[in-house]
Amino acid sequence: MKRSEDGFWNPYLCGVLLGLVLFLSFFVTGHGLGASGGLARGVTAGLKVVAPGTVDTTVYFANLGGGDKAALSHWLVWEVLGVIIGGALSGLLAGRFRPGTHRGPRLSVRARLVFALLGGLLVGWATQLSRGCTSGQALSGGAILSAGSWAFMFAVFGGGYLVAYPFRKLWR
Amino acid sequence: MAPFDLAAWGRWGEPVVHVVLGVLFGFVLERAGFGSAKKLSAQFYLGDMAVLKVMFTGIITAMLLVYWTVGAGALDFERLWVNPTYLGSGILGGLLFGVGFLVGGYCPGTALVSMATLKLDGLFFVLGVLGGIGIFGFSIAPLDHFWNHSGAYGTLTLFDWLEVSPPVVVLLAVLMALGMFVGGEAVERWMKRRGAAEVKP
Repeated sequence: MKRSEDGFWNPYLCGVLLGLVLFLSFFVTGHGLGASGGLARGVTAGLKVVAPGTVDTTVYFANLGGGDKAALSHWLVWEVLGVIIGGALSGLLAGRFRPGTHRGPRLSVRARLVFALLGGLLVGWATQLSRGCTSGQALSGGAILSAGSWAFMFAVFGGGYLVAYPFRKLWR
Repeated sequence: MAPFDLAAWGRWGEPVVHVVLGVLFGFVLERAGFGSAKKLSAQFYLGDMAVLKVMFTGIITAMLLVYWTVGAGALDFERLWVNPTYLGSGILGGLLFGVGFLVGGYCPGTALVSMATLKLDGLFFVLGVLGGIGIFGFSIAPLDHFWNHSGAYGTLTLFDWLEVSPPVVVLLAVLMALGMFVGGEAVERWMKRRGAAEVKP
């Protein structure tokens, strides 16, 4: 299949490959893919080192890693490690493994990093409210036809399109 | 019958399976160009609909294979994880997520891929996500009722909700995706023509 003009693989080909990976996950393990859940366990494990008492007394963290529970001993944590390795591998093979910053044409590197951090904060908070991100909710729940996952997915696109115009200077 | 009991695969079975799935997932995301916030954000400015194409091709491919193998008796649907439906927190979370996605340029999985290819904005987004998750843990107590009870339907599939058989929803999802692909291609062509017209004096 022909490569896109920007050097990336054809999006429909990538979609089929992504679908095969997602199916393989359901078939072998019984669940779909995930990302934010692994990060939540990372946060809990970090907090447990700094302030173990806080993990036990805060319900949200206690559920993930309170008492003798090992926050990091979970499939989502393994998957996050795999995603990092796979992303780096693909980047290496394609000559895209090099330091840099992706940003809109009008934005300085410093401003871009501030917005990346702020967007990340909001997304991180939101993933826990919605019990999953684009991987664990939209893709996985979408493929298994969960009603709530489809509602989440359309809300994500809705939220993005809603603020695309006021924030256009970030990207255009 | 699938899915398998990974605990029976020894101490390393579960970690190895998930690292491998993660590697494949991360590899495909990077190949699609999703390690770049410019590629991802272009979805919201209509110039490049790759996010929509990859996501919905992925969803319908996996959906067809899952429901086909379930129908053929090779996969036990009862043992598959179906995300429980919480409409209130799911929709509010989705809207906030979409805003953060547009402002920050990534979602958690794609930010990991961006970070993995040494991009600073990917790293900062990941740090933000970790911070946001931490803040959530300390701030959710007053919102606990909304989080756990607003529009909570438990396990609710689209075919249960519509009271039709699964193949009907599978077919509708495929048709909807095909419609979005045709629409997405048309929007891309329109944007390209418009861009070309703007370049000309």
